[in-house]
Formats: sequence, structure tokens, C-alpha cells
Amino acid sequence: MTATEAHRAIDAVWRIESAKLIAGLARMVRDVGLAEDLAQESLVAALEQWPESGIPDNPGAWLMATAKRRAIDHFRRGQMLDRKHEELGREYEVREQAVPDFDTALDDEIGDDLLRLIFTACHPVLSTEARVALTLRLLGGLTTDEIARAFLVPEPTVAQRIVRAKRTLAEAHVPYEVPRGAELGARLSAVLQVIYLIFNEGYSATAGDDWMRPGLCEDALRLGRIVAELMPQEPEVHGLAALMEIQASRSRARTGAAGEPVLLLEQDRSRWDHLLIRRGLAALERAEKLGGAPGPYVLQAAIAACHARAVRAEETDWVRIAALYAELGRIAPSPVVELNRAVAVGLAFGAAAGLAVVDELRSEPTLKGYHLLPSVRGDLLAKLGRLDEARTELELAASLTRNVREREMLMEKMRKCKEGSGIRCGVSRGCSCPGRSG
Amino acid sequence: MRFMMLMIPGGYEKAAPGTMPDPKAVEAMMKYNEELQKAGVLLALDGLHPPSTGARVSFPNGKAVVSDGPFAEAKEVIGGYWMIQVKSREEAIEWAKRCPGAPKEVVELRQVMEMEDFSEDVKKAAAGFTELKEKAALQGA
Repeated sequence: MTATEAHRAIDAVWRIESAKLIAGLARMVRDVGLAEDLAQESLVAALEQWPESGIPDNPGAWLMATAKRRAIDHFRRGQMLDRKHEELGREYEVREQAVPDFDTALDDEIGDDLLRLIFTACHPVLSTEARVALTLRLLGGLTTDEIARAFLVPEPTVAQRIVRAKRTLAEAHVPYEVPRGAELGARLSAVLQVIYLIFNEGYSATAGDDWMRPGLCEDALRLGRIVAELMPQEPEVHGLAALMEIQASRSRARTGAAGEPVLLLEQDRSRWDHLLIRRGLAALERAEKLGGAPGPYVLQAAIAACHARAVRAEETDWVRIAALYAELGRIAPSPVVELNRAVAVGLAFGAAAGLAVVDELRSEPTLKGYHLLPSVRGDLLAKLGRLDEARTELELAASLTRNVREREMLMEKMRKCKEGSGIRCGVSRGCSCPGRSG
Repeated sequence: MRFMMLMIPGGYEKAAPGTMPDPKAVEAMMKYNEELQKAGVLLALDGLHPPSTGARVSFPNGKAVVSDGPFAEAKEVIGGYWMIQVKSREEAIEWAKRCPGAPKEVVELRQVMEMEDFSEDVKKAAAGFTELKEKAALQGA
């Protein structure tokens, strides 16, 4: 095995094992930051030794045993004298625990540790950016460099974000646990929000030249699937999984030959990924079977499912979609949801009805500067033949979007309005809801 | 990227109809499947009946000829498959290595072709195929 081959194989092992490793270590040392450092040390040891010795039969157990030895060394050196007593206790704890054999360790234990890690990484004491970076790093097994490239920020920025996040967790004495009772609902929402944020950054990049970064979508999907298995009794977890599976199913159809975005209603539906659609519909069914009033992710997944079930765009059940958006707006009021409802209403009951909903939103302060408001309004006006007004709106939308591809698309629509040929409008993209482009 | 992990159990080419795997082996395999699922990499999986109840359709002169299983000439047959979503070929290999395989079993890894992998000509020719796939999927759903 060459060094390069070995490194690639170690990368693969790391991707599979790192979250479990960090999660287990964090339980032992009660410090996520320290746990990650120890895990990293075991990775360095693997990079040094495995190219020579070959990959061990049970690489996860090898990494864990190595990390635990480092933990004991760490405590022996007494680097944190001010917490000496606590440490002695920990050292004892670390020594007492047998090296967990990943084959025999109870799945429940590993699962519980992973849940603790997810809830810690998405703790409300952290900023959203920190939660995202920490989740990708600790749960997704991404390197700082990979996270930086995915979010188009300099690597030191991400590194600093992670260091600060770990410090914040330590200083706030955030307990390493899964929240219970009344707290669980809100904390779970925070976890799901982080995962969906990662997905969305991949699905409709807010900046840059490409309008999708599929790697991030895959990372988010993987996290969503993991959480769905860890908390199978929570309908919203399956709702999010369903939503992401269905949205991801359209990835191939969302980009044209020249890299330009293709709106939902104009997509070649034969290019949708039907394996992911089936998975999404199954996840939605799982959520619905658990009963209770549907939460925001289940509702969004139900909307996405309406699109997924329509063989042709003309067969879309817009009346049902408009009703689902109304329900969504009732439990989670948001001008963006209302804007999506406007699009659905426009398609279910005519552009004039849609425009009436949009016009209610024009004074909405949170939508000021949001490119989709003029984009949707422009589409509806164009459909009503009010081309001059439509052009003004589309021009405004083009000046507001940060995505290059989307700007080009809006400019194209504007040109068509100028020519007076009108446009075939699709649903606008980019809202947090799936009624958008794809 | 997606990989299909094909399970090729030695001797399955001659297995009698209704041959069932050993319950112990099934138990270990279920644990493995669960591990794949919990890691968020498993997209789909299926086990296949032995070829003795299957059939082969060949086209020696461009015309379909049907032969019932078992197939005397077959040295290796597929017993089942997993479809997984991974970041690299190495990750797929690492997962395959964890399969609780018996001495006569082989897991073959094959990357799934994406539309992007095809040339323009093939893409054009395949357009009809994806439509077909869509219809099949809808009937199955």
C-alpha cells in the first residue's frame, strides 16, 4: 500500500469512525473540545503507523484505544492543575473503562453518545455559524479546510470559529447530555435547523458562481438519516429527512447544460432521482404514522411530496400546496412562507389572486432587500401582462441576489419582458420552503 | 458517489429453489445492515432468490432465447445487493470490509454511473431510458 493509498483509506476510516470516537471520548472526559483533540491525536498516530503496519482489523477500536492512552497521558501530565481533583476522578474513570469494542458495545450506548454530541454541537449557547461548523466537524467528519471550502470562507476563519465554539461550551459548562422533557422540543428544533441550514447552503448557495454544492447536501442528508435512526420516535426528524431526500432528488434536474438554474416547473422530471423520492415518501409516511399535529418539517415535506408525485408539472396539486402553506404559516408564521403561499395561490387560483397575497407583503420589513419578493411579484405581473412593472421588479430582484447564476436568469427574464414576449414563469427559488425551484 | 455492493455467495449458482441462508448468518447480516443504516449511508438493499428459480434470456443470434435456471455455465451469481452513498471509493471499500462475509462469499463493489459520466451521444440516447425508469418507479411507488 503506497502512502497516498494509505492516507485515502485512513480518510475513509475517519469519516466512518470519527463521530463515534469523539462522542465516546467526550462522555469519558466530559469535554467535547478535549475529546476532539484526543481523537485528532489518534488520527495523527494512525497516519504515522498505518502506512507501515496496514489498517488494523478493527480500526475504530484501535483509534479509541490510542485516544484513551492519550487521555491518560494528558491527565497524568496534569496540564490543568486548577481542576486537579476533578481530573483525578476522570483519570480513574478513563482507566476503569475497558476499551470499548465497537462490535460488542451496545448500540444504544454509541447512539446515546452520538445524540449527546449532536445536541452539544448545536447548543443554543453557540452562534449559528459555530453550530454549523462544529456539527460538520464533529459529526460529519469534515476537516476545517473542507468546511471552509464548502462555505467559501478562509480556513483560519473556520478554525477560529471552532476553537471559540469549544471554548464557549467549556466556559458555559454545557453538560454533555441529551435534553429531556420540555427542553427537548426546542433543542431538537435547533439541531434540525442546523442540518437543514447545511443542506440549504449546498442546495441553493447564497454566494459564489455555482448555485449548488452537492457535497454539502450529501453531508446534511447523511446527518439527517443518522438522526432519524437515533430518534425514530420524533416525527419532525423524519419530516426533515423526507424534505431533504425529496429536494435532493431534483438536484440533477435543477441545473441546465450551461450551469444555469432550472426552475421546478421547467425541470425535466425524468431526471429526478426516484430512489431518493421513494426514500423521501417513505420517511414522510413514517412521520405521518407517528401521528400528532404536523410540525414545520413534516408540512414542508408534504409540500415537496406534492411536487414529487406529479408526473408532469401541470398535474401539480396547487390547491393542496396552497393549503399546506397556509397551515405552515399558521404554526410557523413567516413572510417567506407567505411568499411561497402567494406563488401556490397564483398557480391554484390565478395570478391576480397570487398578486393580492404578494402585495400584502410589500410593506413587510423583514423582506426588504430579499430578492425573491420582487422576483415573485415580477413573475406574477408578467403573467398578467403588466410587462413594464414586471421588468422593474425583475431588475430589482437581479440587483439584490448574491448568486451569479440566479442574476443571469433574472436578467434573461427581464429581456423577455422588454421584448414583450412574456415569460413562462416557474416558482421562484431560494425560500426555506420547497415550493421553490427545486 | 453511489456504490452498489454486490454479494456473490459461492455455491449459490447451484442452490436449490427455496434455499435459505443460515439464521445465524442472517442475524449478523441484519446487524451489518443496521450499521449501514445508522451511519446514514444505506440507500437500498435486497436479497435475491437463487438462480434455480430464475431464468436467463440471451440473444445468440439477436433473437431472445430463454433458459431456465439453474445455469450450468454460471460460476458466480449475485445473491443480493446494497446501494450505498459514500464520499470515496475507499469509504465504499471500508464498508464492504465490515460485511460479515463467510469464506465462500465475495462482495464486489461497483460505482453507479451518473448521467455526468456519459458522453453527449450516450446522454441523448439515454434520455428515453430515464423516462422509462421514471414510469417504472411510479408504478412501483
